[in-house]
Amino acid sequence: MNRIERRLAALAAAGRRALLPFVTAGDPDPERSVELLHALVAAGADLIELGVPFSDPMADGPVIQRASERALARGVTLPRVLEWVREFRAADRETPIVLMGYLNPVEQMGPARFAREAAAAGADGVLLVDCPLEESEPYRAALEAEGLIQVLMAAPTTSGERLRRIARAARGFLYFVAYAGVTGADRLRVAELAPSLAAIRRESGIPVAVGFGIKAPDDAAAVAALADAVVVGSALVDRLHRAGGDPAAEAARFLAPLRAAIDRAAAGPRELPA
Amino acid sequence: MAETLIRPLDELWEAYRRFRADPEFQAELARELADYVGRPTPIYHAARLSRENGGAEILLKREDLNHTGAHKINNTVGQALLARRMGKTRLIAETGAGQHGVATATVAARLGLRCAVYMGAVDMARQAPNVYRMRLLGAEVVPVESGSRTLKDALNEALRDWVSNVADTFYLIGTVAGPHPYPIMVRDFQAVIGREARAQMLERFGRLPEAVVACVGGGSNAIGIFHAFLGDREVLLFGAEAAGEGLASGRHAASLAAGRPGILHGSRSYLLCDEHGQVAETHSVSAGLDYPGVGPEHAWLKDTGRARYLGVTDAEALEAFHRLARCEGILAALESSHAVALALRIARELGRGARVLVNLSGRGDKDVNTLARLEGIAL
Repeated sequence: MNRIERRLAALAAAGRRALLPFVTAGDPDPERSVELLHALVAAGADLIELGVPFSDPMADGPVIQRASERALARGVTLPRVLEWVREFRAADRETPIVLMGYLNPVEQMGPARFAREAAAAGADGVLLVDCPLEESEPYRAALEAEGLIQVLMAAPTTSGERLRRIARAARGFLYFVAYAGVTGADRLRVAELAPSLAAIRRESGIPVAVGFGIKAPDDAAAVAALADAVVVGSALVDRLHRAGGDPAAEAARFLAPLRAAIDRAAAGPRELPA
Repeated sequence: MAETLIRPLDELWEAYRRFRADPEFQAELARELADYVGRPTPIYHAARLSRENGGAEILLKREDLNHTGAHKINNTVGQALLARRMGKTRLIAETGAGQHGVATATVAARLGLRCAVYMGAVDMARQAPNVYRMRLLGAEVVPVESGSRTLKDALNEALRDWVSNVADTFYLIGTVAGPHPYPIMVRDFQAVIGREARAQMLERFGRLPEAVVACVGGGSNAIGIFHAFLGDREVLLFGAEAAGEGLASGRHAASLAAGRPGILHGSRSYLLCDEHGQVAETHSVSAGLDYPGVGPEHAWLKDTGRARYLGVTDAEALEAFHRLARCEGILAALESSHAVALALRIARELGRGARVLVNLSGRGDKDVNTLARLEGIAL
């Protein structure tokens, strides 16, 4: 069992929902990247999404675009990101890491070499934002050969038939994009999520993570009532950038109320039929 | 391409396939191209330029004479008609030199659709007249301040707009790059250039040209003129890429000559990027060629050897611009001047008796400020 599956199964058994913070690797401070990852765990992260900076992050809103630009300006590369994963993994054998990014950096390294090096570093999953199901096969094959999971996405625009195919193909968890738009927008409408999440559950027992636009404890609680995992990206990245100073301490301050809100919601009744 | 856009792209492909086969749609498109765009465009024999250059005769396919001054409108008319039939009320576009933005703003006005054009802040500064033209036509021009602040970033921003407004918005891509079905659809709308030119050559000279030359940024005007000649194996096809300050300088936009296979904007094609996959900043004196990728069909034509792609430097393009202006009284776009420069080279190699057909894809009025600045003249 992959670390992602193990962690999500354990949470489900305990009746808990996962908190998945996203940070852009190398932002706000490349020198403190590993320290920040450990701080996320200490603040209650169940899994970590680590963004691989890319020059053309077309699915991202301004916050993650700028974070990506800052990281690239400081010389962050895919090999360096994997080095940080390796360092993190040496001290934390349990917390799954999902690398999140765009196809071209993986393509230039070569999917097979990328999968080998990501697995050796201790990553557990890879989410390629611009890789639709139809193009995913070569990447999935390379990743699975090394024991990694390719995390698939679905969106509100995904048609019913396609949603069924994605739900059936998904491993680890399915990342559901909360609204049609870019990351970090003010467009989250939790009530609109229910039909899509119910459709996914009819097809598959795959855990569902919801991301995009979840910024405050209330958002996180509302999503946690519907989904298995809550992704918080832009709001955290923005907070870390603005705070300057000590990103680890800032991450703890930001995530603690989200963690508490998610746990409170999980203690309540589940709002979707299983 | 991001999952959220897969359905809109599928719907676009389905609608396009339906209307492509619809005689009524084709008749409407033909009427617009004739009455509004001003097609067919003539082929003009640049006799003085050919004589001065020596070697083969140079013939210009005058896409610069289209309404709005470039080939771009062939595609925007087609896509805008499609958008209207799909029930979309808003057009968005990316633009580099501003020609595609102007052509989009133009058809949006013509059809009564709202329009927003994304343009890199760097390009807005160097193509100020076109920014104003778009605004005169009622379009909103949105400056793009991310990344290298040029065409590729405008494309990113247009995709972000589209993903956020898929219900009412039609993304009108201006080149043969981007996700499927754009490379096919834009090629089909631009293929009128080559269809006309091929028939005009046969009618006027009784034979095809020895070579066809076009400039290549994303590659829409080149695919447009090449397409009808692909089956004519004896016709040589040449693409002129922007070699900027020279391929060795690293400051250029020659994706086919100097790039590697990569993935950007939903296409797998030749791409200028570093070993870590970060897309490179490109350079060209002409904003319209300043794109690090290139349409995937050009990658195929390069790999199969059917077309050859050669670099033309800023200096060579500028020299060709001035020669064409002085010999023929035509101010060509700086983009098209790259094609003219390569055609002059090829005409000398082919020698007398041969004919070189050049796609003069746009007129140069928009570049007057850039040219003046290069010569240190304040307008």
